[in-house]
Amino acid sequence: MKQYDIVIIGGGPAGLAAAVAAFDAGCQSVLILERDHCLGGILNQCIHNGFGLHTFKEELTGPEYAERFVRQVQERNIEYKLSTMVLDISPDKVVTAVSRNEGLLELQAKAVILAMGCRERSRGALNIPGFRPAGVYSAGTAQRLVNMEGFLPGRRVVILGSGDIGLIMARRMTLEGAKVLAVAELMPYSGGLKRNIVQCLEDFDIPLYLSHTVVDIQGKERVEGVTIAQVDERRRPIPGTEIHYECDTLLLSCGLIPENELSKGIGVDLSPVTNGPVVNEQLETNVPGVFAAGNVLHVHDLVDFVSQEAANAGRAAVAYINGKKVQQNAVPVTFEGGVRYTVPAAIRPEGVEDSVIIRFRVGDVKKNAVVKLLLNGELVLRKKRPVMAPGEMEELKLTRQQLEQYPDLQTIHITVEEA
Amino acid sequence: MEKNLICIGCPLGCPMIVTVEGTQVVEVKGHTCPRGEKYAHKEVTDPTRTVTSTVRLQGSMTGTPVISCKTATDIPKGQIRQVMEAINAVVATAPVTIGQVLAENIAGTGVALIATKAAE
Repeated sequence: MKQYDIVIIGGGPAGLAAAVAAFDAGCQSVLILERDHCLGGILNQCIHNGFGLHTFKEELTGPEYAERFVRQVQERNIEYKLSTMVLDISPDKVVTAVSRNEGLLELQAKAVILAMGCRERSRGALNIPGFRPAGVYSAGTAQRLVNMEGFLPGRRVVILGSGDIGLIMARRMTLEGAKVLAVAELMPYSGGLKRNIVQCLEDFDIPLYLSHTVVDIQGKERVEGVTIAQVDERRRPIPGTEIHYECDTLLLSCGLIPENELSKGIGVDLSPVTNGPVVNEQLETNVPGVFAAGNVLHVHDLVDFVSQEAANAGRAAVAYINGKKVQQNAVPVTFEGGVRYTVPAAIRPEGVEDSVIIRFRVGDVKKNAVVKLLLNGELVLRKKRPVMAPGEMEELKLTRQQLEQYPDLQTIHITVEEA
Repeated sequence: MEKNLICIGCPLGCPMIVTVEGTQVVEVKGHTCPRGEKYAHKEVTDPTRTVTSTVRLQGSMTGTPVISCKTATDIPKGQIRQVMEAINAVVATAPVTIGQVLAENIAGTGVALIATKAAE
């Protein structure tokens, strides 16, 4: 069986950044497995710009951002296999994959980095009534069809969900000649960036209906119409508020779910909140030597932070192979005030090199908020946030120095207070 | 004349009211920081956007039907339609390198259309 120090599952932004960082940390035996026919993952279909402001200090399109990392991988001669689908990873890190060129592959890894990304929430998971005609697509599927395959999947379009992919596709379909009739959002606020609301909807006079959802899809063979209605505070449709659209397409942009079937097979514990692995400060799961980064860990808003996080996972995997062991017990990160989760979920101070970034999200919109981090009940970090929203990931940077002030660390606690 | 704008500078999304006389901005209200005021001036007097799209690709060895492209810099917002029509008429021939100029002076904007992806 062929052996590698590190096998990385997924050649998207997370996998690429993890591979480069692992190589630069001194590991030569790295393999990336990618199921698509090219590296870059979802970035290949995200042809709009706005990527890389943090990393490269310029606005790149998705393919351009991917290219920068693909080039780094190729310059280092890091091995990768395309059109290769990983079927299983055993608890002792035997990776089983299939590819057209090589058939069935079995590889022994010393460390595994999970970088499989996420999937869109499907119609089935949304419980939308009505027939099941053709013409109902996830926004990401439509994005791939338009931007990579060169097809326009519809002419008259209604979009459910105002996350960034939905907004981006409203503009994209419009630019390609389709008529986008409306974007409906179940929540009373949009999950998308303000910039996208302005530049993707307002620029093209596309109406956004907040607190609205799809209550019916008409058409048997092909979508013929969609009915939306306003919802009450318990998100139940209000009779009499229906708006009907004659259309041939419904796009769904209703959230992303980390893709963790393989993780479950290894025995990795998943968080019921993020649907991603529970990790410590090394981004290591409960299975020693198995790390996770990017959207498979928790869904990100900005690719820059995916790359940053994945590079940390790459370096941590190398430290693991080199025999670095942290014996200390992990201190769980606890929280209140509307924080939904943190990544990492627990921290071992000895495992922190220079600093650890704690990322989290809040459950609803907060104004004039103050974020506090307390160690053993004492205030260590305080950050003012004029506005916080579920769609914007937050972060706190905790340094090793700050942790060393508390040799007997018992609690790490985050609070969010509204003024 | 008064114009309503939402600032795109940060998640706060300040609702701003911009008072315009002729082509001059005389007052900006509702912003919380200097970035908002700057954005309001630009958005009212000279709104611009970078257009990203795809063009047809011919002669690709890998069978890639389209490649992604963008205007090299931003173009006036009012010309997005014309720029899209011009982009749709462009056909690229493989191989294409990233950053390659696919069309000079797209739709008379003085801005080039460049490839954002390589194709063989």
